[in-house]
Amino acid sequence: MKKLYSLPAAICVVLAVCGAWSTGPALREATAQPKPAPTSRMDGLAAWQQVYSVLTHPRCINCHTATNYPQQGDDRHRHFANVIRGQLGTGVPALRCITCHQSANADSTGVPGAHGWHLAPLSMKWQDTNDKILPSSEVCRALTDRSKNSGLGGPGLLKHHTEEPLVLWAFHPGRSIDGTMRTLPPLTHEEFVEATGKWVAAGMPCPQNK
Amino acid sequence: MTVTINPATTHQLSRRSFLRVSATAAGGLLVSLYLDLPLPAQEGAAPKAKAYPPDAFVHIKPDGKIVITVNRLEFGQGVQTSLPMVLADEMDADWSQVTAELAPAADVYKDPIFGIQMVGGSGSIAHSFQQYRELGARTRAMLVAAAAEQWKVAPEQCQTEASVVHGPGGKSAKYGELAEAAAKQPVPATVKVKDPAQFKLVGKNTRRLDSRPKCDGSLKFGLDLDLPGMKTAVVAHPPMFGGRVKSIDDKAARALAGMQDVFEIPLAKGTGVAVVADKFWTAKQARDLLKVEWDLSSVEPADSGKLWTQYKELARTVGNVAVSRGDQKELDASSESSRIVAEFEFPYLAHTPMEPLNTTVRFDGDKAEVWAGSQFQTIDQMAVAQTLELKPDQVTFHTEYAGGGFGRRAVIDSHVQREAAVIAKKLRGTPVKLIWTREDDVQGGYYRPMFAHRVEIGIGADGTPAAWRHVIVGQSLVAGTPFAAMLIKNGVDSTATEGTADTAYNIPNFHVSAHHPTPNVPVLWWRSVGHTHNAFVMETLIDELAARAKMNPIAYRLKLLKPDAGKLRRSLALAAEKSIAWRGKLPKGHAWGVACHEAFGTGVACVTDVSIENGRPRIHRATIAVDCGLAVNPLTIEAQFQAGVAFGLSQLMAKGAITLKEGRVEQRNFDGYTPPYMGDAPVAVDVHIVPSTEAPTGCGEPPVPVISPAVVNALARLTGKRYRSLPLTAV
Amino acid sequence: MESYKLTVNGQTREVTADPGTPLLWVLREELQMTGTKYGCGIAACGACTVHLGGIATRSCVVPVSLVGTRPIVTIEAMANDPVGRVVQDTWVAQDVVQCGYCQSGQIMSAVALLKSTPKPTDTNIEESLGGNLCRCGTYVRIREAIKAASQKLK
Repeated sequence: MKKLYSLPAAICVVLAVCGAWSTGPALREATAQPKPAPTSRMDGLAAWQQVYSVLTHPRCINCHTATNYPQQGDDRHRHFANVIRGQLGTGVPALRCITCHQSANADSTGVPGAHGWHLAPLSMKWQDTNDKILPSSEVCRALTDRSKNSGLGGPGLLKHHTEEPLVLWAFHPGRSIDGTMRTLPPLTHEEFVEATGKWVAAGMPCPQNK
Repeated sequence: MTVTINPATTHQLSRRSFLRVSATAAGGLLVSLYLDLPLPAQEGAAPKAKAYPPDAFVHIKPDGKIVITVNRLEFGQGVQTSLPMVLADEMDADWSQVTAELAPAADVYKDPIFGIQMVGGSGSIAHSFQQYRELGARTRAMLVAAAAEQWKVAPEQCQTEASVVHGPGGKSAKYGELAEAAAKQPVPATVKVKDPAQFKLVGKNTRRLDSRPKCDGSLKFGLDLDLPGMKTAVVAHPPMFGGRVKSIDDKAARALAGMQDVFEIPLAKGTGVAVVADKFWTAKQARDLLKVEWDLSSVEPADSGKLWTQYKELARTVGNVAVSRGDQKELDASSESSRIVAEFEFPYLAHTPMEPLNTTVRFDGDKAEVWAGSQFQTIDQMAVAQTLELKPDQVTFHTEYAGGGFGRRAVIDSHVQREAAVIAKKLRGTPVKLIWTREDDVQGGYYRPMFAHRVEIGIGADGTPAAWRHVIVGQSLVAGTPFAAMLIKNGVDSTATEGTADTAYNIPNFHVSAHHPTPNVPVLWWRSVGHTHNAFVMETLIDELAARAKMNPIAYRLKLLKPDAGKLRRSLALAAEKSIAWRGKLPKGHAWGVACHEAFGTGVACVTDVSIENGRPRIHRATIAVDCGLAVNPLTIEAQFQAGVAFGLSQLMAKGAITLKEGRVEQRNFDGYTPPYMGDAPVAVDVHIVPSTEAPTGCGEPPVPVISPAVVNALARLTGKRYRSLPLTAV
Repeated sequence: MESYKLTVNGQTREVTADPGTPLLWVLREELQMTGTKYGCGIAACGACTVHLGGIATRSCVVPVSLVGTRPIVTIEAMANDPVGRVVQDTWVAQDVVQCGYCQSGQIMSAVALLKSTPKPTDTNIEESLGGNLCRCGTYVRIREAIKAASQKLK
C-alpha cells in the first residue's frame, strides 16, 4: 500500500532500533495482506538460505554474472559464440540474447527459452569477476538494496520470484543439446516461493558475514 | 600436400619434375593407375609436353561470352578468377565477358605436375600457370588463324585486343563471330606466350568473379543441391574409430514420417548405420532415435594422455633419420649454459571447413553421377567407381563449389564419397545426398596429427646454433597408401618433417629424425601440413636464440639464413621495412614479434603487434611480406594472407585442440572445439608483395605457418615465458 | 506434422513440418531457399542468420513452432533492401568473400548492426559480428566493408 512508503524516517529509525526488523517499510507492505503468523528471525534466515541455494544454482547464477558475458552449463563456463551483455543486458544489435533464445524452450535444438531472455543487471551480480559465488550475506544485502534491485521491496521480490518468466524458466529449463535434461535448482518453484515468502515475512533478514 | 619435387620454376613443365615411383613399392602399381607420369624405366626421358585442348577449357559463345573451365575446386582461394585471368590475358579476351566454371573429373583436367585432378599443396597457380597461358595462347592462335583464313591474310598481320581480331586494312572480327571457325582450326602444338610486359590482367588487382552470387545466397554449394526425387542420408559412426555395428534397434527411427530406410554400411574402418529420409531433419531425428550396439572389442582406444606419455618418451630417442650433417659431438660436449633443450606439444587439429562435408550420388546400374566439392576428383571418382563396381569413366563427377576445405576434402581413402556411394547403391536410381553433421565432422577423425618435438641446441660462441639435434614424433599421413612411395624415405614421412628438415637456416651440425607411431586415429593434411608445427618450433627457437644473443630477431635471422635463401631474405627485409615505423612507437603493454618461413616455394615474413587482453593475445596488427614469384592477382594474394593468418591462429585458440579419452573424441561441435572468431584474429593486416618475375608459387598455405610463432614471439617479450605447448590455454 | 503459415520475405508461405524442425531446415528444404546456411546447428557460427521480427536470429535453433506471425527476412531479400543492397555491393566491391559459405550470415548480421547502429565503431562491429565464424578468416575485410558501407549509408 502506497501510503506505507511515506512513513516518516524517524519512525523507521525507532523501529530499527527495536531490532525487530532489518528493513522497516517491507513489513508494513506485508500488513496489507492477510497477516501471516509472525516469522522469527531465525526462521527467516533459514528460509533465506533456501532462497540462496536456488539463486546460486547454475540455472539462475549463469545470468547473474559480474562480467560482460553470461555463463552456461552446470560448470558455469563462459557462454560460447562471444555473446556479451550489451548496454541493457540484452546483447548487441546482431547478437542479442533473443537472437537464439526464444520465448519457450526449444528442446529439439537444445536452446533454453523464456519470454524476454536477458542478463540480470550488474547490480544483481551474485558472483565475482573470477566466477566465485558471493557469500550469502553479500547476495542478501544486494537483493534487499533498493538502489540495486530496481526498487523492489519484499512483496516486489516475492512477486518477482513467483511470476517472472526467467525465474519460472529455471524450474523448467528444458533439454540440453546433448539430449540430457538440464539440472534443476535444489527446490521446486513452489518451495522457492514459499521460502521467499517466509523470508519476506521475517523482514528479509540477512546473515551476518557468511 | 607436398611432394619432394620442385614445382615448375621455369616457363616449361620442368624436366626434373616428374615423380619417381618405385616399381617395387607396395603401392607402386596403384600409383601408376592414378598418375599418368613416367615410371622408372622411362626415367631420364623428358615427359611429353602436353598440349591441352582449348575446347575443354574455353567456350566462346556466339554472343561473345567466354566461359573458362577451371581444373580445380574453388574453395576460397580464388582460383576461379586467377586461372581464367591467365588464360584470358594470353587470349586477349574482353575480361568483362568472362565467367568461370569448375571442371568435372576428367583426364584433361589433371594437375600437370601431380598427374591427378586435385587442389592442394598450394599448387593451383604454381602448377597450372604455364598450362593456362598456353591454353590462352592456343585459343588466340586459332581465332587469329580463322580470321586470317577468312581475310586471306597472314596470321602475323593480325592483332588481337579485347575479344577482337584486327586485320590489315581496318578489318576486324569479334571472337564470338569467329568461334565456330576457330574451333575447326588445328590446335597448334607449340605456342608463344606473351612477354610479361604485355600482360593486361596478370599482375593487376582483379576482383573475384564469384562474389555476387556468394553475397546474395544464389550460389549453390554441394550441401545446397536439390535434385528431383532426392533423399538425404546421415550415417551413425561408431563412437571409436574402427568400431563395428553389433545390433540396430531402429523401430522408433523408422516410425518418423518421411523415413526411407536404415541399414548397416561398411566404413573406411569398421561399419556404421545409414539413415535415409526425405529431408535432413528427419534423417537426423531418426538417427538420434536409433539404438545401436557397437562392437568395440577389437578397437584400440586412443587416448591423448597416454599418447603424450608415449610420444615424449619416444622423443628422447633417435628415430629414423631425415637429415644428418656434421656431427653432434659439439652439442654433447657443450655446457648447459650454452644449450637449449626444448620439448614441444601439438595436439590433434580438426579442419572444420564452414560447409559440413557432403556428397550426392545417383547410381543407375551401368553408370553413376556424383556431385561433390572435392579436392581430389580423380581419386574420389575412382573410389566411387570401385564401390559401385563401375569403371571410372562410367562415373560422371561434378565439382561443386565448396565452403572451405583446408585439406579435409582431399582424402586418400575417399571415405565420405564411399559412404555416399554405398548408400546410393542400395537406393539404386534415387539420388542420395549424404550429409555429415558438424558433430560428425568434429568427431570423425582425419585430423592434423598430434606431434611431440624434442630439440637440443648447442649454442656457438657467436650466439648462432652450432649444433642442433631434433626429434619429431607424430603419425605418418601416407604410410600404407599409394602416396607412401613418394613421401616416405628411410622411414621418414616428409610431411612430418617439412619446415625443419629443409630449414633455410645455416646450421652446420644438424640432425633431424622422426618416429611415426600408429595410434588408432585417422589423420590428414591440415593447411600447410608439416609446416604447422615445424615452423612454430623453428621460429620460436630462433627467436629464443636471438634473445640470448641479445640481437634484434630480424637481424639475427638475416644473419643465420643461408645466403641463397632469396625469398626469405627478401620477404624478411620487406616486412622489416614496412613495419619499422610502427614498431618504433608501440604503446605500453604491446610488443612486436617476428617469424619467417618458406613453404610450398613461397617465402613469408610476418611481424605482429600484440598485447594481452583478458588473458588472451590481442593482435592489433600484422605486417606481412611475401615472395611468391610473379603475383598473378595481387588482390587474391592480399586476401589470402589477411585471411590465412586468421585461419592459422586456430592453433593458438584456447579450445583449439581435439583430444581423445579412452578412444572417444571429447569435443563435439564449435562449443568444445573453437576456431578463431573476429576478436581472435588480427584487427588489421597489411600485405606487401615482393616484386618478382620468377615463376609464381602458391599462397594457399604459406600464410598459416608464420602467424602462430610471430604472435607467440611477441608474447614471450611481454611475459618472459616460453610457449611450447599448444593450444595456448594460459598466456 | 503441423501446418504453419509463415511470412517469408514479404510473402505468405504455407509449410507442413514437425513442430521441432528448425526454421533453417524449413527454409532450406520446405521452401528450397538455400541461401541461409547450415554450419553447426547449435547457433555457434551464425551461418544460419535471418531476421525474425526485425531481429538477427540464428534459425538453426528456432523451432518452426516458435516463429508465430513474426516476419522472416532472409539473405535472398537483401538485394531489395536499402541497407542490404549497399552491404552486398560493398562486399563485392571490396572482395570480402573467399569460400563464401559464411557470408550470408555475415551479411545478415552486418545489416542488422547497420540498421540499429548506422555509424558503428570498431568496437560495435567486433561485438556484433564477433559471434560469426569465418573459417577462411575474412574478418579484416569484413570489418573494412562494414565501415565502408556505413559511410555510404548517409
